Amino acid sequence: MHSIIHKFRQLGMNIVLDPVSGAIHVIDDLTYELLDLYLDNDFDTIVELLKDKYDESDIKEAYDEIESIRQKGLLYSEDVYKDIDVSRKDSVIKAICLNVAHDCNLRCSYCFASTGDFKGGRKLMPYEVGKKAIDFLIKNSGNRKIVEVDFFGGEPLLNFDVVKKLVDYGREEAKKYGKTIKYTITTNGVLLDEEKATYINENFSNVVLSLDGRKDINDAMRKRIDGSGSYDVIFPKIKNFVLKRGNKEHYIRGTFTAKNLDFSEDVLYLADMGIREISVEPVVEKEDTDYTLKQEHLKEILKEYDKLAEKYVERMEDGRPFSFYHFKISLDNGPCIKKRLQGCGAGFEYAAVTPDGEIYPCHQFVGNESFRLGSVDCGIENKELQEKFMESDIYKREECSKCWARFYCSGGCFANNYNINGDINKPYELSCEMQKKRFECAIAIKAYEMLKENDIYEK
Amino acid sequence: MRHIVTINRTSLKDSLKKPGCGECQASCQSACKTSCTVANQECQN
Repeated sequence: MHSIIHKFRQLGMNIVLDPVSGAIHVIDDLTYELLDLYLDNDFDTIVELLKDKYDESDIKEAYDEIESIRQKGLLYSEDVYKDIDVSRKDSVIKAICLNVAHDCNLRCSYCFASTGDFKGGRKLMPYEVGKKAIDFLIKNSGNRKIVEVDFFGGEPLLNFDVVKKLVDYGREEAKKYGKTIKYTITTNGVLLDEEKATYINENFSNVVLSLDGRKDINDAMRKRIDGSGSYDVIFPKIKNFVLKRGNKEHYIRGTFTAKNLDFSEDVLYLADMGIREISVEPVVEKEDTDYTLKQEHLKEILKEYDKLAEKYVERMEDGRPFSFYHFKISLDNGPCIKKRLQGCGAGFEYAAVTPDGEIYPCHQFVGNESFRLGSVDCGIENKELQEKFMESDIYKREECSKCWARFYCSGGCFANNYNINGDINKPYELSCEMQKKRFECAIAIKAYEMLKENDIYEK
Repeated sequence: MRHIVTINRTSLKDSLKKPGCGECQASCQSACKTSCTVANQECQN
């Protein structure tokens, strides 16, 4: 039984990938057609079927090249990972999401956190709870030297004094245990004045700022408490921060919905505004609203990614490059197979802590009592739930185990699966389709760069 | 080869030799918070 390959056309190239080896090949039209016939026909039959279109000598040459890469284990590789014994029992907590504010100064229509309070009342995390959360992280991080704390919410700048005190506390504690804490923060930018911007720039290794793109698009969803749009308040502050930030890691992170299926315009708008690190992602919404993404939107969304990939390379060529988070891919030094079998780590490598000190597998499960793992006072109590997350991987799910993109997405997002399908192990199909298209674009962009570098790109 | 250009040099199968050290970043921590992307990460070992 041969493993599947995946063929697609993107950016004017024919591309075939071998999921198991991760090998990616750019192929000519003849080879693209030949691969449709290769497994089910002998050479003579293939020649018969293609001879009206191609020279026999060319067919022979392409056929031999396919044979050659196949023998090198770079095409039709058999799945050698299915039965490897991977245990996640020795996992350690690498990162925590500190929900320092279950409150927000915006009222975004699509907010997964129920406009900031996670359906549990508006509250701020006391310093003492934050300290215990950092203690929990250090205690449960084993021998790992670098751990991460993300200040999240709601809106973390509503509790900025506590954030700063926790940064200091974490540094002192980490030092005692020979560790380093990398701090990150996710903010809507409303309270991002000069002083906070300077502090965040100096102390945070990554900063995520929320902005959806064009003013009317942003303001349709990202509203202030009085119902007015947030763009005019946040844009100057975010722009100022981006200028201050320079090349240090940050993302301007937007959400697209059914209201802006032309979301590539929002990405390009942000790029035109001088923003270079952009992540614009699909909304996750199960309820039937006017912004919910549905199967009927898929065709248009996929075309939009195609368009964005075209524009992405066009701007690269024009000397106006920008970075789109989901078009980034590591082809030569990516994660090992263990990581690729389950990428998420929620509940055993990653956890979210609420203002009351309760622990959940991730920020998206916060407020759902059946997913409460424990507390900063008692540690992980619901071991059964933790094991459910640990045990999951792509081979435990029928849909994933057959998917060509399984080693790129590594099972995707548990929370999305649960929120849409009521089961952390039941893939959210619409999200899968979008994710696969983004991988195709990302792979094609890498291939394009490589061919250009070697002066062999032919459209 | 005239018909096929291979883009990447390493094989994922080689990573079977790696210990799975776990030094890599938690996946959805950095930029998205609503999806899990692994393929864009670098191995830290």
